[in-house]
Amino acid sequence: MPWDRNQMAARAAQELQDGWYVNLGIGIPTLVANYIPKGVEVTLQSENGMLGMGPFPYEGEEDADLINAGKQTITELPQTVFFDSSQSFAMIRGGKINMAILGAMEVAENGDLANWMIPGKLVKGMGGAMDLVAGVKRVVVVMDHTSKAGESKVLKQCTLPLTGKGVVSRIITNLGVLDVVPGGLKIVELADGVTEEELRKATEAKIVN
Amino acid sequence: MKKIYPDAKAALDGLLFDGMLIAAGGFGLCGIPELLIAEIKRCGTKNLIIASNNAGVDGFGLGQLLEGKQVKKMMSSYVGENAEFMRQFLEKELEVEFNPQGTLAERMRAGGAGIPGFYTKTGVGTVIAEGKETKVFDGQTYVLERGIVADLSIVKAWKADPSGNLVFRKTARNFNPPAATCGKVCVVEVEEIVPLGALNPDYIHLPGIYVNRLIQGQHEKRIEQRTTRKRAA
Repeated sequence: MPWDRNQMAARAAQELQDGWYVNLGIGIPTLVANYIPKGVEVTLQSENGMLGMGPFPYEGEEDADLINAGKQTITELPQTVFFDSSQSFAMIRGGKINMAILGAMEVAENGDLANWMIPGKLVKGMGGAMDLVAGVKRVVVVMDHTSKAGESKVLKQCTLPLTGKGVVSRIITNLGVLDVVPGGLKIVELADGVTEEELRKATEAKIVN
Repeated sequence: MKKIYPDAKAALDGLLFDGMLIAAGGFGLCGIPELLIAEIKRCGTKNLIIASNNAGVDGFGLGQLLEGKQVKKMMSSYVGENAEFMRQFLEKELEVEFNPQGTLAERMRAGGAGIPGFYTKTGVGTVIAEGKETKVFDGQTYVLERGIVADLSIVKAWKADPSGNLVFRKTARNFNPPAATCGKVCVVEVEEIVPLGALNPDYIHLPGIYVNRLIQGQHEKRIEQRTTRKRAA
C-alpha cells in the first residue's frame, strides 16, 4: 500500500534534526508538525512573522491576531517571537532556516520545482515559496507521486512555471523517497508494500543508481 | 505637531487621488487597515495601484475596493481567497504584478530606507526575473528588484502614543512596518491611543517618525480560517 497523507507527513518528520529551524508549507507539510520525533526539538517558522509556532487553539480561544501562513488560527509557545515580514524573509533569504518542507505540483530530475501556478487555470500566486526555495538550506518536497489522472509529477522537466531552479534536495511521495543527485534521481526508500518497479513506472524522471 | 485625527475621513482628507500608489499592511485579513480601506471605498478613488501581500476576501478588506472597480493594479504575492479578484483578473479588468512575498516586503523596506533597488536570488530562473537585470556575485546569480515608494501608506497597529510611536500585536505586525516606512505619507489606525510615556521606549516596534496621521477606532478583526483543537476529555 502506498503511504497516505499522514504516513507521508510522518516520513517527512524523520528529516528533522534537533535544534533546527523549519518552515512547513500548506497542506501535507503542515501535518509534519504532528509527527516530530521524541527528543527532537525544532522551532517552526511561519513566514507571516513568527518563530515558535504552537498548535491550533482550543475552541473559544482563537485570536484574530495570531495566525499561520495558511491564515489558520494558531497559538504561541513560551519561546515564541513575532517580527515583521521583511525580518521574516531576511532570515529565510539569509539562509538561517535549516529546512523547508513544501508541497509541489511538479518536480524535475534536476531539482526544479513548480508549485505556484497553472497558466489560464489557477492563478493564486507564489506567496513565500520562491523566497523559501531560494534561501533555505535544504528543501524537501512532499507530494503525491502522480496526478489524479495518473500522470507522473516527477518529471524530466517541469511543464509549469517554475518556483525555483535546481532547489529541491529530496522528494517524499506516497510511493517512496527520492534524492536529487547528479544525472537524475536516486531511490532512497520505498513505501511499505510498493515495489521498485511500481515506483519506476510512476516516475517520468531518470532514475540513477 | 498634531498627529491624532478624529476619524478615517478626516485622516485621509486631501490625500487621495485617482491613479495613486497605495502600500497597505496586513497578511490575509490579519492586521489590515480596515477602517482606512472602508473610507477609500466611500471616497470612490479610482485606478488605484495597491501594493499589498493579499487582496482581501469578497466583501471585506481590499476586496471592497475590487467590488467597486477602484483598483487598476495589484502588487501582491498571493490572491487566492477572492472570487471577484479572480474574475476581474481572468477577464483582464485588473492587472496583477506577482511579487514573491519576501521580495515584496523587502521592496517596501528598501523604498522606505532610501534604497532604490537591491539584488536577491529569489525568483532567479523563473518568470519573476524575466526582463530584469541580473548580476553574478561570488558565482551566484541575483536579480535586481526596485524599492517601492508609495504615495500613501495605510497601516494598522495595536497601540500608539500621540507622537505616533507604534506597537503591533502578535502576527498582525506582518507587512505593516515595511508598508508604513515606504509611503510619502503614512496614515495609521490603532485600537488604542495611549498617553505619552505609557509605551516603554525599549519596546516600541515602529518609531513615530514614520507616522503622519493617526486614528483610533473599533476593528472587526475578521478570522479567515478558524481552526481549533478538541480539549482532552
